[in-house]
Amino acid sequence: MSYTIEGRTGTWEIVVGLEVHAQIISHSKLFSGAATTFGSDPNTQVSLVDAAFPGMLPVLNHECVAQAIRTGLGLKAQINLHSRFDRKNYFYADLPQGYQISQFEHPIVGKGAISIELQNGDVREIGITRLHIEQDAGKLLHDQDPTKSFVDLNRSGVALMEIVSEPDIREPEEAGAYLRKLRQILRYLGTCDGNMEEGSMRADVNVSVRKAGEDFRTRCEIKNVNSIRFVMQAIEVEAARQVEIWENGGEVDQETRLFDPGRGETRTMRSKEDAHDYRYFPDPDLLPLVLEQAWVDELAANLPELPDDKRARFQAEYGIAFYDAGVLVAEQAVADYYEAVARGRDGKLAATWVMGELFAALNRTSNTIETSPVSAAALGKMLDLIADKTINAKLPRKSLKTWWKRAKAPRPLWKRRACAR
Amino acid sequence: MLTGLTLTQARAGLAARKFSARELAQAHLDAITRLNPGLNAYITVLPEADVLASADAADARYAAGTAGIMDGLPIGVKDLFCTKGVRTTAASKMLADFVPPYESTVTANLLGAGAVFLGKTNLDEFAMGSANMSSAFGPTTNPWKRKGDDTTALVPGGSSGGSSAAVAAGLALAATGTDTGGSIRQPAAYCGIVGLKPTYGRCSRWGTIAFASSLDQAGPMTRSVADAGLMLEAMAGFDAKDSTSSNRAVPAFHKAVGKSVKGLRVGIPAEYRAPGLPADVLAMWEQGIAWLKAAGCEVVDVSLPHTRYGLTTYYIIAPAECSSNLARYDGIRFGMRKDAPSLDGVYEATRAAGFGQEVRNRILMGTYVLSAGYYDAYYLKAQKVRTLIKRDFEQAFETVDVLLTPTAPSAAFAQGENMDDPVQMYLNDIFTVPASMAGVPALSVPVGLNEAGLPLGLQVIGRHFDEETVLSIGGALEAAAGFTHIPSVHAGAGA
Repeated sequence: MSYTIEGRTGTWEIVVGLEVHAQIISHSKLFSGAATTFGSDPNTQVSLVDAAFPGMLPVLNHECVAQAIRTGLGLKAQINLHSRFDRKNYFYADLPQGYQISQFEHPIVGKGAISIELQNGDVREIGITRLHIEQDAGKLLHDQDPTKSFVDLNRSGVALMEIVSEPDIREPEEAGAYLRKLRQILRYLGTCDGNMEEGSMRADVNVSVRKAGEDFRTRCEIKNVNSIRFVMQAIEVEAARQVEIWENGGEVDQETRLFDPGRGETRTMRSKEDAHDYRYFPDPDLLPLVLEQAWVDELAANLPELPDDKRARFQAEYGIAFYDAGVLVAEQAVADYYEAVARGRDGKLAATWVMGELFAALNRTSNTIETSPVSAAALGKMLDLIADKTINAKLPRKSLKTWWKRAKAPRPLWKRRACAR
Repeated sequence: MLTGLTLTQARAGLAARKFSARELAQAHLDAITRLNPGLNAYITVLPEADVLASADAADARYAAGTAGIMDGLPIGVKDLFCTKGVRTTAASKMLADFVPPYESTVTANLLGAGAVFLGKTNLDEFAMGSANMSSAFGPTTNPWKRKGDDTTALVPGGSSGGSSAAVAAGLALAATGTDTGGSIRQPAAYCGIVGLKPTYGRCSRWGTIAFASSLDQAGPMTRSVADAGLMLEAMAGFDAKDSTSSNRAVPAFHKAVGKSVKGLRVGIPAEYRAPGLPADVLAMWEQGIAWLKAAGCEVVDVSLPHTRYGLTTYYIIAPAECSSNLARYDGIRFGMRKDAPSLDGVYEATRAAGFGQEVRNRILMGTYVLSAGYYDAYYLKAQKVRTLIKRDFEQAFETVDVLLTPTAPSAAFAQGENMDDPVQMYLNDIFTVPASMAGVPALSVPVGLNEAGLPLGLQVIGRHFDEETVLSIGGALEAAAGFTHIPSVHAGAGA
């Protein structure tokens, strides 16, 4: 354990668990047919169900259920064939029904795990407690009028997965690694785009501190942190705040806090006394969610290859190093590109080119792998030409800039030059 | 007398072109104009032109030979069903000006079958009550009077009291009701008409304002058992928009009436012989048993041991669901809003002004039983008892085909009675609540008058989705009772 806080009374370690809200990729909302496109004009993607008009009833969108199952499978987690939707009751202007439909007692996904890799190469396993499906709330706009708040219900009813980790995280860096890994898995699965800026992935951070060997002390929850960097910062400042309180003979209150990145501090949002009594009870408008094992099996059989598996396969199949394989599988698109180049060729050479010249050129020209002017097929052909010594390996490397600018297929260019030579 | 017909008679008359749908509708509109000011059975009467236009369309379909099963039949719609473009209030100030942009599935089905809507009938606010006293639009008065007492206004029962009064008084040939713990059956009994609560899931709940989602069920309120079958055929059916609606086929219910009941086994639950049950109610029950025996039924004593927990359990589960279902009336998106400087202030002001006392009582009870620390002791325990009540019925139905009980422990009482003691008021539902808790179908049939000249009803309870046997037995009771009494206030009287 490398991250500790040295206090006057001794050494403190931190205990962190994360609750991630991940917006499910689906065409329509969890319980209504309304669309889910981000950035639409306010209140243009709202059905009568989302606005909770009298007599409206929820109907479960099975694509969202499939996405949650895929995610559970991707997290190597228990899929619960019996789960249930509960109502979480509270009043707020962005919550039209006056309750959120969620899964409280019986979530669709149980225990699983994510293995994370730290900068020093250590690999750790972080437990997943559960994953459940729930509806998102709408959004309040406070900047439209000096005295009024406006309500945008486009997001109301959008499907979320709440993914809860065990309190296994002991360093801010681990929290960052956990979130990056989770996001990578979600993107590979195509179940969430993981875009924290647009709010399609948000994290609540539970932080407590303790001395070595102690039981857990009181934790605070930091709500809705919207970037990985802020999550890591929030953990540091919150842990420091708690150590300060304990060391001054105080008591940390269990409360909900907000992280202010500008000031680099957390502050109280809701104290324990103001904590909601959500009055959970099973939603009588919905039947229990009963899954057939055959459907789960089918989803499992059609699951895409996950990053850890792909990494291991790249190592084995293409003979590349563990670290390089990790870089190449970080994003699905890069992995696909690399594999298209490497297949049937020298995998190491392919890795060198993709991670070297290609990445450098992409960076230099502010391109991404998706917008690369040089296709994987083109790069592959070039490697073939190098391999059969049609061209000298140094030649294309030198001329890559020209090639890049012209964005032409390599063969005619090199052929000409090769002939000239 | 066009306002005195059954649906079946009117349907035959229309088909034979003895009278037109326009004449039928006009007769009812006239009756409403004359009697509704006194009865207050309708909260909203549709504009005459609209009603007549629907009737004309029905006449055109009769002429074209394309008439549906409810074509041209003028009916009332409980003001809990959302009707597109027509104010839907739930008898609450909260929704006094609410005009839904959508049509509930049940009313859409009825319109699809050709029914002509006359208006929206009165009810207890948000269907919470047994006397129609909690309507924000004033109580409905029962068209029946006690013998020799024309002045005492009696309650029509509740919550579908506007519907039962309208059907009894000739202000509609039939009406829709909703039943959560007896809200169709008890007012039907109090007003001398037939009321059927179908199996939970038989009629879609989509577009019907929710009271307690796991109990709410729409059903017909009619002048004959066959009518109840006919109208249920039009109302029922699978609806993909309601996850709790059943995808079972809808049988030709009306054909079940008149079928022989010989050899059917009728259970008499011992626990319904409650101490203090009035002699007239008891006598009517005995009479019903005798009629069914005479019709060839085998009468068997059965036990539903958890009956006595029915009412208390109901008054935990229904308020719990209502406290959550009514949270959406917050003044933000539709309905009443009382402005205040803060969001919580808007909620408090709006809900205090918008909800009446009974609704507030139930929201408070429901909030309490779901609260942390009380949930296990109340709500969870109540759900377990509900399972036992359901099992009672399942076990009874292993040996009998139907159960026969009184519908209510008394005849209609006076407006203002039972008002100071909510528990006394809740006791009206004692015989109707268990079937609601179990989700089984139950029918109230008017079988006679008590000494005060007020109608009494008997309840027939059947197996899940076996409305047909319930209707057969109901038909036998109806035939034996020959109930043809008409209330003091009736469109056909003194016209």
